[in-house]
Amino acid sequence: MIATESLSKRFPRVTALDRLSLDIGPGVTGLVGANGAGKSTLIKILLGLSPATEGRAAVLGLDVATNGARIREQVGYMPEHDCLPPDVSATEFVVHMARMSGLPPTAARERTADTLRHVGLYEERYRPIGGYSTGMKQRVKLAQALVHDPKLVLLDEPTNGLDPVGRDEMLGLIRRVHTDFGISVLVTSHLLGELERTCDHVVVVDGGTLLRSSSTKEFTQTTTTLAVEVTDSDAHPDGTAALRAALTAAGLKLHDRTEDGLPGAGHILLLEAAGEETYDTVRDAVAELGLGLVRMEQRRHHIAEVFRPEAAKAMEVQA
Amino acid sequence: MSTQTQGGQVPGTTRIHNIGYRNYDGPRLGRAYARRSLYSQSLRGAFGLGRSAKSKVLPMILLGIMCMVAAIIVAVAVATPNMTDLPLKYTRYAIIMQALIALFLASQAPQSVSRDLRFKSVPLYFSRPIERVDYVLAKFAAMASAVFVLTAAPLVILYAGALLAKFDFADQTKGFAQGLVSVAVLSVLFGGIGLVLAAFTPRRGFGVAAVIATLTITYGAVSTVQAIAWETGSAGVIQWLGLFSPVTLIDGLQTAFLGATSAFPGGEGPGAGVGVVYLLVVLALIAGSYGVLMRRYRKVGL
Repeated sequence: MIATESLSKRFPRVTALDRLSLDIGPGVTGLVGANGAGKSTLIKILLGLSPATEGRAAVLGLDVATNGARIREQVGYMPEHDCLPPDVSATEFVVHMARMSGLPPTAARERTADTLRHVGLYEERYRPIGGYSTGMKQRVKLAQALVHDPKLVLLDEPTNGLDPVGRDEMLGLIRRVHTDFGISVLVTSHLLGELERTCDHVVVVDGGTLLRSSSTKEFTQTTTTLAVEVTDSDAHPDGTAALRAALTAAGLKLHDRTEDGLPGAGHILLLEAAGEETYDTVRDAVAELGLGLVRMEQRRHHIAEVFRPEAAKAMEVQA
Repeated sequence: MSTQTQGGQVPGTTRIHNIGYRNYDGPRLGRAYARRSLYSQSLRGAFGLGRSAKSKVLPMILLGIMCMVAAIIVAVAVATPNMTDLPLKYTRYAIIMQALIALFLASQAPQSVSRDLRFKSVPLYFSRPIERVDYVLAKFAAMASAVFVLTAAPLVILYAGALLAKFDFADQTKGFAQGLVSVAVLSVLFGGIGLVLAAFTPRRGFGVAAVIATLTITYGAVSTVQAIAWETGSAGVIQWLGLFSPVTLIDGLQTAFLGATSAFPGGEGPGAGVGVVYLLVVLALIAGSYGVLMRRYRKVGL
C-alpha cells in the first residue's frame, strides 16, 4: 500500500523526516508518534502535496512525485482539525466533496447516502453541520474521506476531542472500514493504547525516524498492564497490601511502582496480564479476601512507554 | 461485500435490501470535471442557489433591482412617443448601478472564498484530484460569471425592449455588443479584486467591509479629485486620475474603445492613446489578482 525509501523532508530550521523507510501493507496500520514526530508531514508527502527533500515514496504503487493526482483519486484523507462549514447539511457537503473526487452527480448522491449511513448518521444528515456534536462531526469528516470508495484512507488523529464512548465507537468504525468495506487504513495517533485494539500493525516514528514497526500482537504482549483497585475491609485493614500478597502468591507479576501523582495512587496495583486467565485470578483472589473490587482496567499506554528502558529491553527480547 | 438482494425481483413481493457496504466501480471523472463542478457550485452559490433560503435574499433582491430598473427604462422608452433610442447607452448602465454591483460583490466574494479558509475546508479540496490552479481558476471564473450575470441581464432586457420599440436594429445591436464587452471586462476585474480582498480576510464581515470600502472609497476619492481638477481648470489630469479606481477604469476603457460617453466631469474621458494605458492597467490588475490568489493558496494546502 505504502512504501517509502529513505524519505527525508527538511525545512530550513527542522528536519521533519529523516531517511524514513517504511513498507506498509493492506489492513489497518497505526502510525504513532508524539506531536511533531513527522506524522502530518508524512501524510502530506504521501498525498503528493509536498515534495520530499530526498528519497522516494509510493502509494498504491504510484510514485508520489509524479502521480499525485492519480493517488489522490484513490485515497481518502481525514484531517486532524475542524474542516466542516457549519451552514450546510452533511448531505450537501459530502455530495460536493464526492464530486470534487470525480464522482458523477447521481453516483455522488447515492454514495453520500450510503456512506453517511455506514458511519452512523441518519436523519440528522439533513440538518446544518453547525448543530452537530463533536462525535457527529468526526463521522462527517470520516464520511467525506470514504465517499469516493478509496483503496486507502489516511486518518489524522480521528479520535481527537472525543469522549471515551465516542472514542470506542470511532475505533470500532475504523476497524469496520477495513473488515467490512475492504479499505486499507493508515491512522495516526499519539496514544499507543487505542491503536493496539484497532490496528493490525503499528509503526512508531519519533523525530522523523522509524523507531519500531511490528504487528500489534507483539506490542500488546509486552505492554498489557492491568490496574486493580480494591476497598479495605475489617478483616483486611489494608486491602491493597493483602491483595498484593495474594496475587504474588498466585504467581502473577506485579509492578513495584505505583502511579505517582494520580488520585488514589497508593491504592492501585499494577500487574502484567499474561492472558485471559489473569483476569480470573484477580477476580478470585479479591473474592476470597472478601474485598470490594473498585476497578480492574487495562491501562492505556502512552507512547512514551515504548521508550522506557524496561519496555525497550522487553521488546529487544521479543525481536 | 455482496450487493445481492434476496427475495426476488418481482414487484409486490417482499424485498430485503442488503445494507452492507457497496464498492464503487463507476467512472471517476477526474480533475477537469471536479473543476467544472466547483465552478458551477460557486456560481450557483453566488445567487444563493443550493444554499439556505436566507442566503438567497440579498443576491436575488440585487438582481431583481438591476433588472427592474432596466425594465422601467424600457417601459418609459416604449411609452414615450417619437423616441428613436433608449434614454441611456448600454455601456452607461453598469456605471450608474455601480453601488448595487459593489454590494453584490461585497456580499458574495467572501461567501465564495472566506468560508473555505475560515472553516479550513481547503485541505479537503487539495487532498482530491484538483490542484491549486483548478481551485483558483474555478473560484475566479465563478465570481466573474456571477457579476456578469448580474450586469448583463439588465442589458438583455434593455436590448429586448429596444427591439420591441422598433429602434434601429443595427444601432441597438452594436450598442448592446459594446455593453456586453464592457460588463465582461468589468466582471473579471471586479471578480478578481473581490476575491483577493476576501481571500485575505477569513472573517466574513471584514471581507464585506474591505470590498465595499475598496470600491466606494476609491471611486469617491477619484471623482472628488476629478471634480476639483475640473473646477480648477486642469482638465488634462482628469483622464489620468481615472486610473485609480476600478469603476473609473472601466468608464475610461469603454469611453476609449467601446463608444461610451464618459461619466468623468465634463465628459473628459481618455482617447485611444491613453485608453491603451487603461487597458494595460485593467489587464495588469486581473493578472495580479490571479497571481495573488495563487500565492495565497500556496500556504494553506494542508
